[in-house]
Amino acid sequence: MASVFSPPGFDFSNTLRNNFFAEKGVPLPKATSTGTTIVGCLFADGIVLGADTRATEGPIVADKNCEKIHYITDNIRCCGAGTAADTEFTTALISSNMELHSLSTGRKPRVVTAMTMLKQMLFRYQGHIGAALVLGGVDATGPHLFTIHPHGSTDKLPYVTMGSGSLAAMAVFESSWKPNMSREDALELVKTAIKAGIFNDLGSGSNVDACVITASHTEMLRNIEMPNERVQKERQYGFRRGTTAWKSEEIRSLVVSEEVTILGAGDAMDTT
Amino acid sequence: MDRIDFQQLKSGEVNLGTSIMAVQFSNGVVIGADSRTTTGSYIANRVTDKLTHVHDRVYCCRSGSAADTQAIADIVHYYLQMATQTTGERPSVHTAASVFQKLCYENKDGLSAGIIVAGWDKEVGPSVYNIPLGGGLFRQPWAIGGSGSTYVYGYCDATYQDGWGRDQTVEFVKNTLALAMARDGSSGGTIRMCVITEEGVERLFIPGNELPQFWSGSEVLAAPKTKVVLDPQVAPMVVE
Repeated sequence: MASVFSPPGFDFSNTLRNNFFAEKGVPLPKATSTGTTIVGCLFADGIVLGADTRATEGPIVADKNCEKIHYITDNIRCCGAGTAADTEFTTALISSNMELHSLSTGRKPRVVTAMTMLKQMLFRYQGHIGAALVLGGVDATGPHLFTIHPHGSTDKLPYVTMGSGSLAAMAVFESSWKPNMSREDALELVKTAIKAGIFNDLGSGSNVDACVITASHTEMLRNIEMPNERVQKERQYGFRRGTTAWKSEEIRSLVVSEEVTILGAGDAMDTT
Repeated sequence: MDRIDFQQLKSGEVNLGTSIMAVQFSNGVVIGADSRTTTGSYIANRVTDKLTHVHDRVYCCRSGSAADTQAIADIVHYYLQMATQTTGERPSVHTAASVFQKLCYENKDGLSAGIIVAGWDKEVGPSVYNIPLGGGLFRQPWAIGGSGSTYVYGYCDATYQDGWGRDQTVEFVKNTLALAMARDGSSGGTIRMCVITEEGVERLFIPGNELPQFWSGSEVLAAPKTKVVLDPQVAPMVVE
């Protein structure tokens, strides 16, 4: 009987199979990369995070409206650039550990805790986990904004950008960021920075997501701006019924008879 | 390994290009660094703080891979906190440097870290320890490191004098770093310095537009005709 126990660490047993395929002329499919423009900026009352929504698989757009701003805790969020699976799973793991840590210490979670957990994990994997993150939040010690690179180095700054569109977005920040901005100004600046990435970087596109975090309250602004909505098609491309000739028609229901038996307590949790 | 590999950064790794230095004087040490962190040719952080606290009176200057040196400094910081609690007294600078050396030497194949440890302790007073790439430990009265240091060995050898006070040492560090930053592409931004004495740690900051100026070639090239006035006035950024 096969063992259900899997040893810790990466499982490299598929490399034999991959080498065989490569020799036969079937290359490895490219991991979904988030190409991406992600930004974060400090303003008077807290942090604004921003991200585009395009996920790419090589030259193809795999997801036109993906979510790159991940939940860590109620008052802490993390934008992820790099390999989509890596950012997704890394942020989910740290989010889970943050909740456990908060319950164990009896204190509200802090941004530096999440940063330390993330950087120590990424350093342990020596850059093989391709996650470049912008971590921001407001905790008992105030607002904090960090950038975390795949090899595990971090920087603490008042405004940060990451991803393939980071240079375009940083140009916007460097020309217009000021300390102590209002919420409206900060949000406009973040939207402008993300749009700079969307329109000037091929790896970024579609819509703008934002998240405003203050001491009292976190607001997720999903698709706050959609500058790439598809225009209405000029013509109707449907086919009129009768385009294909047909001789007879029979409609059958695939369900012959159905009997529903409710087991246990129905939709409520079964505590028997 | 058949040869010593110089600065083997993996692709995409963040690099502390850098100019760092530490100088011992009569009753303390002055440490200083530039503020540039690069990923390839992009400056990931132009206001980096490379002077890292590992204990009350012991700081380290980091050069090489940002990830490696941050991880090492965090481990040493933890170790020294534990040592303080278990022994009941402040660890010496030599102890801190030895911990750094152990990590750098035993993991030399996987690390790219050049570190200068400096501080004050009551047994010895001020001291500076240089730990270059291979993980050797060298106590020196003054030490320079990072890619920018190669351009200023001559200046330092010619200028350094024993027996300086605080202000002269600060001037020496400031001028050396300014010269290194002017010639090395991987160094630049601002100068950060710390003066560590028995009394405490004083942080100094020199913004990029107030760096000491040396030969700029204005006698040979024409002097600029127009003076640039920024409009609106740029307010200095609050730096942590």
